[in-house]
Amino acid sequence: MTLDWTHFTPGTSLAGGVLLGVASALFVLLNGRILGISGILGGLLPAKVGDGAWRVTFLLGLLVSPLVMKALAPADFLHTPRIDASMAMVVVAGLLVGVGTRYGSGCTSGHGVCGLSRLSPRSMAATGLFMAAGFATVFVLKHIL
Amino acid sequence: MHRISEFVVGLLFGLGLMLSGMTDPSKVLGFLDLFGAWDPSLMLVMGGAIAVGFFAFAVAQKRTTNFLGGALHLPTSSQIDQRLVLGSLVFGAGWGLAGFCPGPALVSMAAGQDKALVFVVAMVFGMIAYEAAQRFVHSPKQPRDTK
Repeated sequence: MTLDWTHFTPGTSLAGGVLLGVASALFVLLNGRILGISGILGGLLPAKVGDGAWRVTFLLGLLVSPLVMKALAPADFLHTPRIDASMAMVVVAGLLVGVGTRYGSGCTSGHGVCGLSRLSPRSMAATGLFMAAGFATVFVLKHIL
Repeated sequence: MHRISEFVVGLLFGLGLMLSGMTDPSKVLGFLDLFGAWDPSLMLVMGGAIAVGFFAFAVAQKRTTNFLGGALHLPTSSQIDQRLVLGSLVFGAGWGLAGFCPGPALVSMAAGQDKALVFVVAMVFGMIAYEAAQRFVHSPKQPRDTK
């Protein structure tokens, strides 16, 4: 293993992480909810009566965030994201993420951030497993195929 | 009041995802490439988030209501079952294929990226298909026609 120092961004990544923590903290303390994106979105497909509005309001906030970021941050502050995967690969990835997060009851936010913060054994197992599967997938794609 | 906080929390979460680098799939894959040139940035994202979240959940778990007077919806299950294991493995494989997990994909879609839009459509389709399959498996059996 070698460290990729050129792409290492300790400052912004730590600051961004703290912001994710603050959002998760506010959500549980003010709204009494776990901030888990796959659960919040999946609960709308379809929504149960009386259980949809909070999901929609949260997701609207999430979806306007790029506009707010554009208005707040200097133009050269955020580098353009790079997506190397082909369109076909993106489709397969989306299907797997959709099915997997619902079957496993959570993703990087619900299990990875909130679950680990709660010291939930289920979320520790889930996070270990999805990270291991991610490591293995990238290993196969980059170093074997 | 709770409607405002839901919206603001969603906004803050999106800003955090962009600031941290999570919305850049090449950066996420740099973290998942443990055996290549490894970019440990995402460890700091997780660390920063959990450092704050830990205290919030410690407070929440001692309470019976949230600070706006509503209910606390905290998970109660502690069972590590087949669903959790298989689901997490499938999710992780999909995460490693493109570098997108659900939150960053939604934010990138809103930022106007076509591949993120395709990812989200496929993800939503996967979620609906999963839901439909669940209903099919768990639906009560039709009584047999005994004529």
